[in-house]
Parts: sequence; structure tokens; C-alpha cells
Amino acid sequence: MDVLKRVPVREQDPKVRARNFDEVCLGYNLEEAIQEGARCLQCKKPKCVAGCPVSINIPEFIKELCKGDVEAAFNVISEYSALPAVCGRVCPQETQCEQRCIRGIKGDPVSIGKLERFVADWARENGMKPAKPKKTNGRKVAIIGAGPSGLTCAGDLAKMGYEVTIFEALHEPGGVLVYGIPEFRLPKETVVKAEIENVKALGVKIETNVIIGRSITIDELMEDEGFEAVYIASGAGLPKFMGIPGENANGVFSANEYLTRSNLMKAFDASYDTPIIAGKKVAVIGGGNVAMDAARTALRLGADVTIVYRRSEEELPARVEEVHHAKEEGVKFRLLTNPKEILVNDSGWVSGMRCIEMELGEPDSSGRRKPIEKAGSEFVIELDTVIMALGTSPNPLISSTTEGLVTNKYRCIVANEDDGSTSKEGVFAGGDAVTGAATVILAMGAGKAAAKGIDQYLQSK
Amino acid sequence: MEDNYKYTIMNKEKLADSIYLMDIKAPRVSRNCYPGQFIILKMDEKGERIPLTICDYNREAGTVTIVFQAIGSSTKRMAEYEIGDAFQDFTGPLGHRSVLIDMPKEELSDKKVLFVAGGVGAAPVYPQVKWMKENGYHVDCMIGARSKNYIILEERIKKYAANVYVCTDDGSYGFNGNVCDCIKDLIHNQGKQYDIIVAIGPMIMMKFVCILTKELGIKTIVSMNPVMVDGTGMCGACRLTVGDEIKFACVDGPEFDGHLVNFDEAIKRSQMYKTEEGKAILRQNERDTHHHPGCECHER
Ligand SMILES: Cc1cc2nc3c(=O)[nH]c(=O)nc-3n(C[C@H](O)[C@H](O)[C@H](O)COP(=O)(O)OP(=O)(O)OC[C@H]3O[C@@H](n4cnc5c(N)ncnc54)[C@H](O)[C@@H]3O)c2cc1C
Ligand SMILES: Cc1cc2nc3c(=O)[nH]c(=O)nc-3n(C[C@H](O)[C@H](O)[C@H](O)COP(=O)(O)OP(=O)(O)OC[C@H]3O[C@@H](n4cnc5c(N)ncnc54)[C@H](O)[C@@H]3O)c2cc1C
Ligand code: SF4
Ligand code: SF4
Ligand code: FES
Repeated sequence: MDVLKRVPVREQDPKVRARNFDEVCLGYNLEEAIQEGARCLQCKKPKCVAGCPVSINIPEFIKELCKGDVEAAFNVISEYSALPAVCGRVCPQETQCEQRCIRGIKGDPVSIGKLERFVADWARENGMKPAKPKKTNGRKVAIIGAGPSGLTCAGDLAKMGYEVTIFEALHEPGGVLVYGIPEFRLPKETVVKAEIENVKALGVKIETNVIIGRSITIDELMEDEGFEAVYIASGAGLPKFMGIPGENANGVFSANEYLTRSNLMKAFDASYDTPIIAGKKVAVIGGGNVAMDAARTALRLGADVTIVYRRSEEELPARVEEVHHAKEEGVKFRLLTNPKEILVNDSGWVSGMRCIEMELGEPDSSGRRKPIEKAGSEFVIELDTVIMALGTSPNPLISSTTEGLVTNKYRCIVANEDDGSTSKEGVFAGGDAVTGAATVILAMGAGKAAAKGIDQYLQSK
Repeated sequence: MEDNYKYTIMNKEKLADSIYLMDIKAPRVSRNCYPGQFIILKMDEKGERIPLTICDYNREAGTVTIVFQAIGSSTKRMAEYEIGDAFQDFTGPLGHRSVLIDMPKEELSDKKVLFVAGGVGAAPVYPQVKWMKENGYHVDCMIGARSKNYIILEERIKKYAANVYVCTDDGSYGFNGNVCDCIKDLIHNQGKQYDIIVAIGPMIMMKFVCILTKELGIKTIVSMNPVMVDGTGMCGACRLTVGDEIKFACVDGPEFDGHLVNFDEAIKRSQMYKTEEGKAILRQNERDTHHHPGCECHER
């Protein structure tokens, strides 16, 4: 075996998986995991840990795993993360823990994410549950939003003895993990539900169908329902549109709508009531994870799919693995292309899209080379469906109904990075609601920091 | 599994052919809801999220009243639920409350208000009329429908409105003509004057009322019911063009200044899952996504 190379992970064949919603990556088995784990050098000063936003003790869990004690490995991870089976699947490891791994200097970095996933899956399959806290201290904390940030903060506070209730607007907890990221990347029933059950097992209550700001306000939670502190983890769910002509035609969807219909409402399964217009010829506008997810979903629903992105391949913000998977499955890419207008037929449906070719100029404020239009390069693609995956911003519902809560010009809640505190006493915030659309693990990191911050605040009150 | 179904049906009435009223136990919604807002109901695991306007509420009993017309697959399935059954999910209140509620008292006091309800639109109109009366305002209300059998909530509305005008397209009850004809009749022939009209009903009705009231120079408020999914501002399915802005009906509305709404676009969008073209696309999808073992396309 070449120690410079990682143990390859088994995946569903691209041709087969392009037509089903089953998970693409099949993960390691015990033998493969131990073999891959053995590549870890057990560094004294592990660089990988510094790359993980929740500082999982990576060499320690890998050591236990290599001894064959998966249970001990799981206990190590559980000290730091409440959702390891999720993170092992969706973390952008190549820019976090694995990017710093010393093995990466001369070869492939250790597959930390895949190992974490293996341990978490093994623990679930073997009925392991995180230990329930001894006793509650009777003090109530409310969490808004059951996404990764809210779940993490809730889990940590419950472990410290607080009585935690999460209020979730949708009918199902999980946030983007249930409505955004598709089944074929993150199985809902086996993985997401199971990890949420683990959080509940710590004593956390989850009340679904409650919209803070409408059903009840933050002030009412604190004054009438006895919550001493509140953590806002309401995410960044508001979709952006381009503002080009034709965008309200029938057949134009936000990625959030398309993915919500397919994931949360299970429209891909004919036995569920919610309809979805999958389209036959679909363009997805954007180049991030959301765009890849929408494109690969449309593909699985039977469409011919093209990703339209205004910069070049190098600038694609999506994870490398996702782009690679999308290509393998048959998603087409039209890079350096920008939509100008969506063409509409007489009955109001999309018939095509007028685009222009772009070229890269000087670097802009983000450091990336700025795309500029190539004069006279306009052309039309025929389409029946357009999916806009241009990013999202925080929903103003909570900030507009909570007096004294300061937001910035991007409508993000202003919060202290170290402890999550906001401009309002007793109110903390974190995750996408504060940073704008980011990642699962950063949202979890913010939840952890806020749990500590809330504990300190309540202890000193 | 059954414990998950916690929103119990406390009362059910058939108001007209295929139109039902239900009181649902939902204390959290009941406590903070107001006329003009709506809820989203999900029957069971496989159900879709169905938006319905709040028709009444009883804060002591912790119930919310909804009225719906069984027109499609989901609402027909809902009509089969009986007293004692329960829905899995019931979320709300959603959207803003009626703009009249937030209008300063001095301003609203000297306004003459007419409510215009078309078909099931009587359901969202009723709580507004009731609220106006209970807060000391005298308003008129017009109820229009295709024919007599579809006039609903007339008795309840009569309790709270100063004058109630009924009209039917086929003349089987009340004024013979649609709501636009009836509005013209009130203003031109009966010497009525209004400063504000609140029109709620099918989009096509609201469109024509707005064309008329624009001519007449009467401020008009409409309540929009585009296709929705989450109802919290997350999907953009409910987007409308209002003036030159894009608005999400679920969080910015559902009420808007009727003279600014682009109804033609809204009507087209609301047909997305209903028109022949939409259905054809759906059928196509169904064929393409059946990949269960044993299905012929599975072999390929
Ligand atoms: C399609 C898609 C793919 C992605 N892929 C990846 C990936 O591969 N890797 C990765 O790391 N990140 C990915 N991300 C980003 C990642 O999912 C988010 O950064 C992360 O979920 C943010 O977590 P959060 O807890 O802050 O918010 P969310 O997950 O958005 O959760 C917020 C929750 O709060 C609820 N809520 C909102 N308002 C209210 C209210 N007023 N009252 C009550 N509840 C409310 C929402 O319904 C939601 O459930 C992806 C995002 C999308 C959309
Ligand atoms: C804010 C709001 C308030 C509403 N209040 C009421 C009410 O008080 N009483 C009532 O009877 N109806 C009301 N409606 C309409 C109601 O939601 C639809 O009648 C219902 O969704 C139709 O579903 P269906 O499957 O039975 O019909 P189908 O015709 O089979 O529906 C197919 C699809 O089209 C969509 N759809 C169809 N009609 C409408 C519509 N009018 N509005 C939005 N989406 C639609 C649904 O998403 C559904 O998935 C309201 C809608 C909105 C948005
Ligand atoms: S949580 Fe994410 S960043 Fe941290 S070790 Fe796991 S995969 Fe790496
Ligand atoms: S940096 Fe790499 S080799 Fe070193 S401890 Fe971390 S995973 Fe192991
Ligand atoms: S229904 Fe999704 S944004 Fe309004």
C-alpha cells in the first residue's frame, strides 16, 4: 500500500446514481477505516485540529479507531460535536481539517471526514447514544431555529444542566440539513433524524410549527414564558434573485423552493402530495454548493441540466467533490456565461435564456478576477426551467420584531464572535443568521461558543 | 406516531356545496393571531403545506377557525377529516395582520369602508368586519358568488356589518350581477361613497375590482393567495410584482395595495401547477421518476 495515497472510498456508479436519490458515497467499512486511520502520524502538535471549527481531537479519535475501539472513538468525537455523521459528510474538509493535515504536504491528507463519518455511522448502527446529563438546574433557555447551530447550542446547554426548548418554524427540525441538502448527499431518515434524536436524548425539547416574531416574540418568551436567555439561530434563508426580465415567469424557481419541494416535502416520491415541476431542459444559475445540489436533483428527476456560472472553473465556490460528482453524473457546465434575460412564451412559461459570454479582468475587492461582458457575444439557450442559486440572506422577521436587536447592512444580526452576545441583554445569536450563508460546521462552532457565553451570562446573573 | 397529530378538529360545518368550516385546537396560533393573517396546515406525513386564511379565533378555547373549498386533491382529502380527528401540523399566524388594524384611530374613524368578498373570500373578510365592529367602526360588506348555493357566512357577517349586499352572477339570490356590477350600482344608483375598499376573493375578481376602483379613485386593499411552500420567506414561490418591486406575499403581505399589484403575472403564476401545460409537465415527471424495481425503465 502506498502511504501517500488515501484509501479510496466506495461510491455508487455515476450512471446508476444519476437516476436515484440514494446516497452517492458509501463510506468506509471497519477494515478500510483502520487502514486509512493508520496513515495518521499522531502529531504532537496536530495542525488538523486547528483547522476544525469545533476543534475535534482528531488524532485521539483516530488512535482509538485504529485500536479497534470505535466506541471510544465515538466518545472522543461526541465531546466536541453533536452531529458527526452530518459533518463527516458535508464539511468542506479540503479547506478545513484536511487542508492542514501534515500528510497533505507530500501526498493525500488523511481522510478525516470519512473517518469521522465511519465512527458516527458505526455508533448509530450499534445503538450508541450520548450520555444523558445528570440533573437539570431548572433554568430555561430558548433556542430559535433547529438547524445545526441551534441543535449544537441546545445540546451543549443541556449537557450543562439547562432546560432547553428549541422553537422551529417548519414542521421538521434540521434547518438546511432537511430542506436544502439533498437525500443523496445526506440521508434524512437514517442520518439527520438519528442525530437530532441524539440531541433530544440529552433532554432538549423541540417545538415545531412556532415562528418567532409571529407566533410569539422574543420579548414574550422572556417575559411570559420564563426563558432567561435566548439564542437566535434562524439561519439565512431568504433567496436572492437577479432582477433580470422574465424572472417571474412560470418555470423559474429559487433553488430553495426547488430543493424544499424535493427534500423537505419529498416531491421526488410520487406518494407524497407536494408537486414539483422538474423540467426537461434546466439551467441552474450559480456555482456554489446550492447550485450543485439543485442541478443534481434536477438530473435525478430526469432533466437535462446545465450550470451557468459567470466566472471560470477555478472560482467555482462549491466543494471540489461536489463539482466532480456533478460532472461524473452528467451535469453540463457553461462557465464564463451570464444570463441577461429569461425568455417567456405566450402562456407565461420559460422558453429560453439570453446569455452573454464573460471574460476575466482584474481582481476585484474579493481578490477574484472580475468577470466582464464580451461585447457582441450574446446567444440564446432553449430551456423550460431556470433555477436561481445566487445565495441567500437572513430573514428580517426576527430582527424586525425584536426591539433593540442591532443588525448590519446585510441584515445579519450583529453578535460577538467569542460568546454570541448581541446588543440585547440575554439574547445571543450565531450561525448563518450572523455570518450570512456559510457552512454547517461554522454554524455549529458558533452554537458552541454561544452555549458557553449563555452559561457565563446566567452564572453571573 | 399518533401523538404527533396534535391539532384536533373541535368542530366541523358544511357551509355550502364543497365548502367547509373547521375549528382547530392550536393554542399558540390562537393566542397571537389577528384578522388578515393566515396559517399553514399539513394533514399528515405525506401531505403538502396548505395555506388557509384565519377566519376566526377563540383565544379562551385556544381554537382557530378555517374555511376551505374542496377544489383539488389536497383540499378534497382534507374535507374527509371529521370532528375528533387531528392534523399533524398547523403553523401560524403567518403574514401581516390587516392594514386597517394598524391604521391610527383618528384616520380610520372618518373613512367609509366597504368589504367585498368573492366566494370563499368571505372567510378572510368575516374576521375583519367583526374586528371593525368590535372596535367601534361601521362598515359595509358585499358578498358575491356564482350562485345562491355558494354564498357563505352571510348570517355571521350580518351581525357585524352595517349593511350587507349580496350579489350572484346568475341572479339566483340578491343583486343580479358580479361584485363589480354591484359596486357600480351602490355608487352610481344608491348614492354610496367609499374611501377604502377591501376586496378578497379569486384573483380574477380582485383584478377587475381594482380596475374599477382605480377609475373611481377609491383606495383598494387586496389579499393575495399565490402558490406557497414554507410561508416564512424562505422559498420565493409566493413572489409578486407590486409597483416595481418584488414582494413575497407570505412575509410582506398577504395584503397589498391592489392598484399596484401585477395581477396578470400573479394569475399566470397561480396556474403553474394547474394549467394543462403544468399538468403535462407533472405527468412527464411522474413517468421519468418511477424507478422502483420492477418498473420497465429500471431495466434500461
Ligand atoms: C442547498 C444547500 C447546500 C449546502 N451544502 C453545504 C455543504 O455541503 N457543507 C456545508 O458545510 N454547508 C452547506 N450549506 C450551508 C449550511 O447548510 C448552512 O451554513 C448551515 O445549515 C447554517 O446553519 P444554521 O443553524 O445557522 O441555519 P439553518 O440551517 O438555516 O437553520 C435555521 C433554522 O431556523 C428556522 N427559523 C428561521 N426563522 C425562524 C423563526 N422566525 N422562528 C423559528 N424558527 C426559524 C429555519 O426554519 C431553520 O430550520 C448548504 C446550504 C444549502 C442551502
Ligand atoms: C395566503 C393564502 C390564503 C388562503 N386562504 C384560503 C382560504 O381561506 N380558503 C380556501 O379555500 N383556500 C385558501 N387559499 C387557497 C388554498 O391554499 C388552495 O385552495 C389549496 O392550496 C389548493 O390545494 P389543492 O391541492 O386542493 O388544489 P389543486 O388545484 O390540486 O392544487 C395544486 C397545487 O396548486 C397550488 N394551489 C392551487 N390553488 C391555489 C390557491 N388558490 N392558492 C395557492 N396555491 C394554490 C397548491 O400549491 C397545490 O400544490 C389560500 C391561499 C393562500 C396562499
Ligand atoms: S467537524 Fe468538519 S472540520 Fe472538524 S474534523 Fe470533522 S470534518 Fe473536519
Ligand atoms: S495533521 Fe494529519 S497526520 Fe497529523 S494528527 Fe492530524 S490527521 Fe494525523
Ligand atoms: S411561501 Fe416561501 S417565501 Fe413565501
